[in-house]
Amino acid sequence: MAYVAMADRDDPHALHDPQSFVTKYIWSQDHKVIAIQYGVTAIAIGLVALVLSLVMRLQLGFPHAFSLIAPTDYYQAITMHGMIMVIYLLTALFLGGFGNYLIPLMCGSRDMVFPYLNMVSYWVYLLAVIVLVIGFFVPGGPTGAGWTLYPPQAVSKGTPGATWGIVCMLISLGIFIVAFTMGGLNYVTTVLQARCRGMTLMRMPLSVWGIFTATILGLLAFPALLVSAVMMTLDSTVGTSFFMPAMVSMGHSPTHSGGSPLLFQHLFWFFGHPEVYIVALPAFGIVSDLLSTHARRHIFGYRMMVWAILAIGCLSFVVWAHHMYVSGMNPYFGFFFATTTLIIAVPTALKVYNWVLTLWRGDIHLTVPMLFAIGFIFTFIHGGLTGLFLGNVTVDVPLSATYFVVAHFHMVMGVSPILVVFGAVYHWYPKITGKMMNDFLGRLHFWITFLGVYAIYLPMHYLGILGVPRRYYAYTTTDFPQSVQELNRAITISALIVGAAQLILLYNLVYSLFRGKPSGPNPWRATTLEWQTPDTPPHHGNWGPKLPVVYRWAYDYSVPGASDDFIPQNVPPGPTAPATHGHGSDT
Amino acid sequence: MPLAIVVVLLVVGSVVFHILSPWWFLPIASDWGMMDNTVQLTFWVTGFVFVAVNLFMAYSIVKFRHRDGHKAEYRPEDKKLEWWLTGITTLGVAALLTPGLFVWARFVTVPPDASIVEVMGQQWNWSYRYPGNDGALGATDPNLISPENPFGIDPNDAKGQDDVLVQSQDLHLPIGKPVKVLLRSRDVTHQFAVPQFRVKMDMVPGMVTYFWFKPTKLGTYNVLCEQLCGIAHFAMRGRVVVEEQKDYDAWLAAQSTYASIAATKAGDASAGAANYAVCSACHGADGQGNPAMNAPKLAGQEGWYLARQLYGFRHGLRGGDEKDTYGQQMAPMAMSLADETAVRNVVAYIASLPAGDNARQTLAGNVARGKALYVTCGNCHGDKGEGVWATNAPRLAGMSDWYLKRQLENFKSGVRGAHADDFPGSQMAFLSSVLHDDRAIADVVAYLGTL
Repeated sequence: MAYVAMADRDDPHALHDPQSFVTKYIWSQDHKVIAIQYGVTAIAIGLVALVLSLVMRLQLGFPHAFSLIAPTDYYQAITMHGMIMVIYLLTALFLGGFGNYLIPLMCGSRDMVFPYLNMVSYWVYLLAVIVLVIGFFVPGGPTGAGWTLYPPQAVSKGTPGATWGIVCMLISLGIFIVAFTMGGLNYVTTVLQARCRGMTLMRMPLSVWGIFTATILGLLAFPALLVSAVMMTLDSTVGTSFFMPAMVSMGHSPTHSGGSPLLFQHLFWFFGHPEVYIVALPAFGIVSDLLSTHARRHIFGYRMMVWAILAIGCLSFVVWAHHMYVSGMNPYFGFFFATTTLIIAVPTALKVYNWVLTLWRGDIHLTVPMLFAIGFIFTFIHGGLTGLFLGNVTVDVPLSATYFVVAHFHMVMGVSPILVVFGAVYHWYPKITGKMMNDFLGRLHFWITFLGVYAIYLPMHYLGILGVPRRYYAYTTTDFPQSVQELNRAITISALIVGAAQLILLYNLVYSLFRGKPSGPNPWRATTLEWQTPDTPPHHGNWGPKLPVVYRWAYDYSVPGASDDFIPQNVPPGPTAPATHGHGSDT
Repeated sequence: MPLAIVVVLLVVGSVVFHILSPWWFLPIASDWGMMDNTVQLTFWVTGFVFVAVNLFMAYSIVKFRHRDGHKAEYRPEDKKLEWWLTGITTLGVAALLTPGLFVWARFVTVPPDASIVEVMGQQWNWSYRYPGNDGALGATDPNLISPENPFGIDPNDAKGQDDVLVQSQDLHLPIGKPVKVLLRSRDVTHQFAVPQFRVKMDMVPGMVTYFWFKPTKLGTYNVLCEQLCGIAHFAMRGRVVVEEQKDYDAWLAAQSTYASIAATKAGDASAGAANYAVCSACHGADGQGNPAMNAPKLAGQEGWYLARQLYGFRHGLRGGDEKDTYGQQMAPMAMSLADETAVRNVVAYIASLPAGDNARQTLAGNVARGKALYVTCGNCHGDKGEGVWATNAPRLAGMSDWYLKRQLENFKSGVRGAHADDFPGSQMAFLSSVLHDDRAIADVVAYLGTL
């Protein structure tokens, strides 16, 4: 029991706070420390992926100018950029980072229900990252099969890293899934079992709803990736033929027979589509809380928002083959998957409406987190609407495999969630460190990033409409006009500026740690429990001797008759804090 | 306030960009105009939502910005409004989906009068097969694929005998006739895509996929591979020629069938010895080459490559550029071979010559750096520079280094590989851009000397 906080107990004597540096910061079982470990690791590997994206943009913008970027390097860069960003940065940061930090604090728990497992989860994640990095140094380098790793190409000659690199990638993914499962079971169990008194499910902040639902999606979706990683590893190392048909690779007689490349694609996208929502749902939840807090208004249509998250989560498992309209699967599937995909647009659109309606008749403070949250709404509307093109099978066909796809998914699951991550960092940094981040640098970071990404991705859609295919190292003789090259150069320059602007954030993170103004416990005057801790940053066990008790929903902002424009969730009804809209009973 | 202004500017700017953008669909050349219509419809509907929601948001940001004494409204839910929004959104989505599904119903219904043609993808080129007079393609098996039978056609299947095989990159189609394109891959997954036709489909090893369309515009169109298929994915190009029926018929009649190719006699080395007498003046009796005569080593080179180069010299694909002094010298020499039989014979004779030692090194370069550069090259030419027929890549190891250097320079400068019908040459021209300068060429050639 040493160094472990029981998630849902009052008794302070059970707590043996860690004393040494190692137990406090290294082998820590405190969800807040683990969250920071996840966050720092994810951002570190994410910076690698950022640099890789600049490598590929340099090649596209200035082809033949950089002798160091050969086709091998280019394909390795796009592959590792994609995989790192999706899995090792966004998934790990939203669930391992924000999930770990926010779930116990927002639910009024002392810690995750399985703190030891939580600690192991991080270290296994770190191992996955290390194996991933080892992939850069094995003979032949990392895999260059594209982040979708389609066989037979991923394990065949002619693709970079088809022997060692791909195996490192698959093993790393397997390890990551082990780590995710340990963390994920923890998050789900904590939300279900360790909420404090009064915190009914329908009083939970939407951040928790988003992370909780995303975690369930992950627990159901990652196994599909795990089995396909195992099967492809076997195909590649011991010569099985799960995904490998009889084929004549580089003129050699077939060594496999009977496998199905499409089977892999189905398994991959059965994971891959929910993965979009594993990233998006936490962003949806977190941005709801940012908007509500900084607009001083309840989230509009809370129940609708919760049901929309759940509906999107369920639907996300029956849309996967919209990634495969031109894969060669039976084209009749197109009818089904186009329909399910467009249905998912309805709850998603409702969420957008409710975010905007939260601003409507609010009292909008344009703080740095709010800027990012509104930036998110803009980019998400854009990326969501282009999804209606690609989800609709007929419209998808001419656009598939072009830069329209690249622009769409970067807007919707790259830029949008990342803007939420930034907003969330500026929002919760004061709780994590006790210091405010520098406001000017935050605004500078926002404006360059927001305008810069739009300058990257808006024109990119039109390259796609023109028909310019993605994953091309260079465009030599084609039917496309020369202006494509000029546009690519402009996009590259924007990308370089946006990439460089992230240094402002890194600088601000470090600078504010030492020089930031003290924030006090609740600088944003927010209602949710994490802002009501007795200490800032919260100590081990979060709540001191007594756990909080919740009396109301998470969105009591600007309540008529209240003395203040916010009422924290743990304030009982009284003369200056009227009982309000909370759903469910108090116990 | 600046944020609201920026949001408005971005909305207006996006609409203006959309209207003024010079980047739009290439002019359509098939009867899939209704796909363009669904794209346009989607632009109208989503564009309206994009403008409306963002302008409303910008308005809210201004109108409800924080001012002293201002307080937000407290009204957590508005059922009526939420149901209205749900209803309108559902209608909008249905308005997009329904026409899309109707067009898709047309996509999955191949017209009964569609002719068929097979496209075979491989790393990193295309070949085509027409069913011949019987209208049916012969059975195939990947285990039967070889340089002599690149489609893997079953020799015992009567249906395959009259199949027309096209091993150039040109697919010819008659205008105005619907065609069902059957897609196969020999190795990894590819995709056959012509932006002007709109429709496209992956080609997956182990299965046959398809799409159909009706070419509606005469012309020549680039074929792009749009499924990542390895390192030279970007250089996997083909061409579709849409022509009048009579031109198409004439072209098709000039192509070889499986039976005629199978019946072609292999080259006769002893007959080729006489033909080689002319060659030996420059290339040497033993085919070892002679730098003084600018004649590269031939012995040890792959026969299929020699045959293709002789064809190129004879038909102006190579040696036609006036800057290609030595190519221009070679072209008339190649013309001195009377016919294709003579070409086959002389190639057979060269193949019978002992490979001999590696050509003598005449140039210096950084071998270690050359090895790193060769990573790209090895994907086609083989890890040991041994040459790979499947990728049209000749042997490099042991061949004349001064010649390799000159050819790399020619590829880079467009002296070689620029002819419209020289697909392997143009592919090499794309890829030679990996070697940035003379030093890189010297280094990679030096490395080849060590293999």
